[in-house]
Amino acid sequence: MKAWHWLRENAVMIVGLLAIAYMLIPILVIAVFSFNDPSGRFNFEWVGFTTEYWTKPFAITELTDSLLLSIRLAFFTAIGATILGTLLAIALVRYQFMGRRAANLLIVIPMATPEVVIGAALLSFFLTLNVFELGFQTLLIAHIMFSVSFVVIVVRSRLIGFDRRLEEAASDLGANAFTTFRKVTLPLIAPGVLSAAFLAFALSIDDFVISNFNSGSEVTFPLYIFGANQRGIPVQVNVIATMLFAVTVIAMLAVIIQQKRAEKAAAMRPEEVANKPAISLPV
Amino acid sequence: MTFRQRTIPYWLLAPGLLWLVIFFVVPMYYMGELSLKTGTVQTGYELTWAFSNYSDAISQYSEQFIRSFWYAGVATFFCLLIGYPLAYAIAFKAGRWKNLMLFAVVAPFFTTYLIRTIAWKTILDDSSPVVSVIEFLGLAPQGHVLATSGAVIAGLTYNFLPFMVLPLFTALERLDRRLLEAGKDLYASTFQTFWRITLPLTMPGIIAGILLTFIPAAGDYVNATFLGGTSQSMIGNVIQSKYLVVTDYSEAAALSFTLMAIILVALLVYIKFAGTSALMGEEEEAR
Repeated sequence: MKAWHWLRENAVMIVGLLAIAYMLIPILVIAVFSFNDPSGRFNFEWVGFTTEYWTKPFAITELTDSLLLSIRLAFFTAIGATILGTLLAIALVRYQFMGRRAANLLIVIPMATPEVVIGAALLSFFLTLNVFELGFQTLLIAHIMFSVSFVVIVVRSRLIGFDRRLEEAASDLGANAFTTFRKVTLPLIAPGVLSAAFLAFALSIDDFVISNFNSGSEVTFPLYIFGANQRGIPVQVNVIATMLFAVTVIAMLAVIIQQKRAEKAAAMRPEEVANKPAISLPV
Repeated sequence: MTFRQRTIPYWLLAPGLLWLVIFFVVPMYYMGELSLKTGTVQTGYELTWAFSNYSDAISQYSEQFIRSFWYAGVATFFCLLIGYPLAYAIAFKAGRWKNLMLFAVVAPFFTTYLIRTIAWKTILDDSSPVVSVIEFLGLAPQGHVLATSGAVIAGLTYNFLPFMVLPLFTALERLDRRLLEAGKDLYASTFQTFWRITLPLTMPGIIAGILLTFIPAAGDYVNATFLGGTSQSMIGNVIQSKYLVVTDYSEAAALSFTLMAIILVALLVYIKFAGTSALMGEEEEAR
């Protein structure tokens, strides 16, 4: 009876933890199989433990080249998409203008379009137009295109929680619009802009479908894996995937800890608490 | 307001919107045009308003179309079934573990999509203990799971679960808890409180989650390629191979235009009812 009661009380949490396990098991499998010593070309069956592949993760030239290409592509994608997306977010949050619904729609629809359709449309465009040569430039165009909408969403959520009196104070003190933007607005939305840039980087480095259509003869990291699937994926892929996972997790934790510290420091500053008006002005 | 001030938003919008128009809207137009052309790669294509491309493509691949929507629908259903309790547990029960659990939900995004899917190939390999258990339960009579509909649906469910959980979590987190207390005070049972208060109020999150799961799942071909066999191929597989392997461009364009049209109609119906705000995750339209 007691056990039944406990089960009823915690049923939601148990289902939740099972779901979490479902999400994490494949990641664990990837990491475990990076220590496998497969007998043939295929790394699907556990044979024996070895650290051999961890000692030479970059031994396969094509794999390493594809990884470097993906990193380069993701880097430029992050820069391009962050600039375009941040400007869009500022316009959408700060200004009233004609055609705002249409602008919103144009930003939402690419996110709600299946990747295969985006890839196919871009390839149709590049083939018919014959101006762009399929390769790095078409990949970059495509990646910036599908990342922009995500950047807009991240940056706008930061802008919505923004105290505009700080900008007014700057302009009251004689700063022009550009100086206000550079010295006040940008530092305040910087965390949002930075996480948007990280998101664009992650979306780009992980993209397979759209790249599959528009890569020409270039081979990104996901395209290498796709190609290697038929002839057997080398264990190094698991090693590199585990490394990427570890690096991302550590970077994320560092950012979170840093933010927590900054928030704590800000909360402890006495003059800020003292200066906070009892009634906040409607802006 | 001066003229200069009034034009500022357009200057801010111009680069981003131009990029989206030139590299999203215009390509859609070109794909539409290509779908009405006839010809081959060797002889070149000519616009002949060949609407027969559509009827041919749809009648020839209706099976894959139906299968795609069926798989995506079942996967979305399972995502909701798994995702709602998970989002609920994170929002209401997790306490100080909340951030850790949220982190676990997005953790799969830190490994490449293809590698995650291939990990399922390992998990569902004939030699895997998981398959032995499934076989013992009588769910895999032939002793293998790979190259079945079940494997593809499991892969789709796994890969798109975070897209379901995140909007659900946001909706549950925003829920005014005083309403739940009011329900309790008025002697509603736990189930009644859930059915009459929590569920209706989180409906926008549910719909957003369904769209964000169903749309990418319907167009996916990665799961069907890695986890399915030839009789599990989805419409994405057909479009991919027509574009990139057999270069039958006009019929491929007709197929992907049809897929886009079906999804766009669903989306516009949704936006008509809910506006763009639920998809954008914004709290207010403008200040």
